[in-house]
Formats: sequence, C-alpha cells, structure tokens
Amino acid sequence: MSAKVLTITSGKGGVGKTTATANIGAALAKRGQKVACIDADIGLRNLDVVMGLENRIVYDLVDAVEGRCRLNQAMIKDKYIPGLYLIPSAQTRDKTAVSPSDMIRLCNELRSDLDWILIDSPAGIERGFKNAIAPADEVLVITNPEVSAVRDADRIIGIVEAEEKGSPRLLLNRLNPEMVKQNNMLSADDVVDLLAIHLLGIIPEDKAVLISTNKGTPIALDEKSLAGQAYRNIAQRLLGEDVPLLDLDKGSGFFNRISSVFGSGEK
Amino acid sequence: MDNFIKRIFSKEPSSADQAKDRLRLVLINDRTDLSSEAMESLKDDLLDVLSRYIKIDPKSVRIDITQEGRQQRLIADIPIAGPVSRKY
Ligand SMILES: Nc1ncnc2c1ncn2[C@@H]1O[C@H](COP(=O)(O)OP(=O)(O)OP(=O)(O)O)[C@@H](O)[C@H]1O
Ligand SMILES: [Mg+2]
Repeated sequence: MSAKVLTITSGKGGVGKTTATANIGAALAKRGQKVACIDADIGLRNLDVVMGLENRIVYDLVDAVEGRCRLNQAMIKDKYIPGLYLIPSAQTRDKTAVSPSDMIRLCNELRSDLDWILIDSPAGIERGFKNAIAPADEVLVITNPEVSAVRDADRIIGIVEAEEKGSPRLLLNRLNPEMVKQNNMLSADDVVDLLAIHLLGIIPEDKAVLISTNKGTPIALDEKSLAGQAYRNIAQRLLGEDVPLLDLDKGSGFFNRISSVFGSGEK
Repeated sequence: MDNFIKRIFSKEPSSADQAKDRLRLVLINDRTDLSSEAMESLKDDLLDVLSRYIKIDPKSVRIDITQEGRQQRLIADIPIAGPVSRKY
C-alpha cells in the first residue's frame, strides 16, 4: 500500500472543508479503503466532533509530531466504519508547533499502511494552510456558489498551482438547485467557467448535513440524503470510477413541476 | 414562470448574472494584480507608443484581457488608420 495524500482546502472559512473531509473519508472507508483523516487546523479542533470521536482522544497531531506518542497511538478508530481513522488536531497549543516538513514526514510514515490520507485544512493562506498542502499529492478546493467564496477559491487555486501541486479539483458545496433555476444563484457551470478547473463533485444544500453533524454520524452513510449520495459519488470518482454528476432536480417531481408552471411552485 | 416573465420585462440582469459578471472582473484583477485604473492607463500608454509609428483611431481600438482556462491573455485589436505623418 502507498496512500494518496488528499488535502481539502478553501480559502474562505466555513464553506464545508471539515464536513467534506469527514464524509469523503467515511465514503472511501465504506468502500473498503483504509483511510486516515488528519485535522490540520491547530488551535481550532473540529474534525473530531464532526466525526463523533471527541470522547476518544488521548493523543493528538502535535503529540505525534513532538514524539510524545507513537503515530498509531494518535490514530483514533472510527466508531462505525472499519478502516477509518482520525488524527485529531491539538486544541490549545501554539500554531507553529507543526511545520510543513513535519507534515511531510508524518504522511510519509503513514503512507505504507493506508490507501488514503485526507487532510482537513484550516481556512486562509497562513501556516496551517501551508502545513496542509505541503504533503499533498492532490488538492481539492471546496467552495460555495457565492461571490466571496469563489473569489477566495481562485486565490487558493493560484497558490496551489504555484506550489507545483498540479491543478486542484473542485468541490462545489451547498448548491441550491431551486435558486439556480430562479437565476438567483451561480450554477455549477458558472463556477467552473470562472475558476477553470475540473469539477469533482457537487454537494447540494441539505438540512440533513446539520442533523447528522449534530449526531456525529457521517451523512455519507445516510442512504436517503442527496448530500450523502453526492459524497458517495465523489468517493467513487476518487477511486477512478466514472459516475455522472448528481441530478439535483430529482427532488422536484412531476407535481412540483406542474405547480411551478402555474406559478405556485417556487418562491 | 413568474421569474421568467419578470426577466423578460425587466432590464435588470438576474442576480446570478450580476454575480458572474462581477466575479469575472474581480478574478482578472486578482490574477493579474492589475486594477481597472491600471488597465486603463496601460491602454493609454500602449496607444501612445503605437501612435508614434502608425496612425490609430482610438475609437476603433479594442484591448482586453481574456481568459483561456486559467491563463490570462492581453488581446489587442488595433486597426491601422494609415501611416503616421512624419516630420523630417
Ligand atoms: N451541503 C451542506 N448543506 C447544508 N449545510 C452544510 C453543507 N455543508 C456544510 N454545511 C454546514 O456548514 C457549516 C460549516 O461547515 P464546515 O465546518 O465543514 O466548514 P469548514 O470549511 O470546515 O469551516 P472552517 O473554515 O471554520 O474550518 C456547518 O454548520 C455545516 O453543517
Ligand atoms: Mg473546518
């Protein structure tokens, strides 16, 4: 085995990096892959709660880097999915405790025992972001269909390309098909046109995301949720399978369409 | 449907179109590190230099930054009005 290191980053905060890391990790592991998710947001630990593993933390990333524990002691096994692990970030320490070369060394140590290493990057373009992309074999840039998020994504894409990490692939999160139809939200085509990188997946705006995060269970395991389906499809594409983009109009059935013709549908 | 009719009868572009147009300009500025004022003075300077050699009608000149993938390109379309009258 030699793991592929995939870093999920965004520029703008709050667009869905942590949620994406947890769910792509879950969906890959569900397909039999051995996956470690690393929280690279030092000082603002979050991936642990999103994955529902906050009560199991003994050692963290900084402990592993500074040699207070063996690397596998900082790897927390997931509650639900075999083959899924979390390396949590440190909560209280100074942000410079980890360097880009520490991250490269750590990932190289992990590679031989895993299929995927997913790194949840902090927002911004500071040290934490640099740590997160240093070991990356590929970078995924996540954004929302919204002006400031797209602008920041463009900055990040420029930086990732300048670091010779190749062209990142795009995840478009929180798309609202209804608003796109009303011409009140940038469409996936618009965003791809502007950013000019390959689109790996579209995740719709979905209330079920917050509900599953409340519970600390991945939405990717929810068979009924459209966002869950989107994450499962993204995992399949990462595994090289050719899965068409989700038909986001599936929710609006025949009656919805009829009523919208008569002007009482969408508002 | 409401929206469709509204769009036909109103001159204002949809908010998605406005977002896209605004972003297009912002991204060009960000990527080239060139503000729209700087772009204007680039055009003026360029025409200044060119008109030392050829006669240019400034109204028919088009100078734009276009996007090809993530590559920015400065495209100038400058019809030559005639030879410049040289004073020897
Ligand atoms: N597809 C979605 N539909 C609805 N809500 C979503 C979706 N994706 C993410 N969210 C919500 O958006 C919020 C921010 O998500 P998340 O914490 O993953 O972002 P982040 O990019 O990691 O933020 P930060 O920059 O602070 O680390 C959360 O409340 C999450 O539940
Ligand atoms: Mg986060």
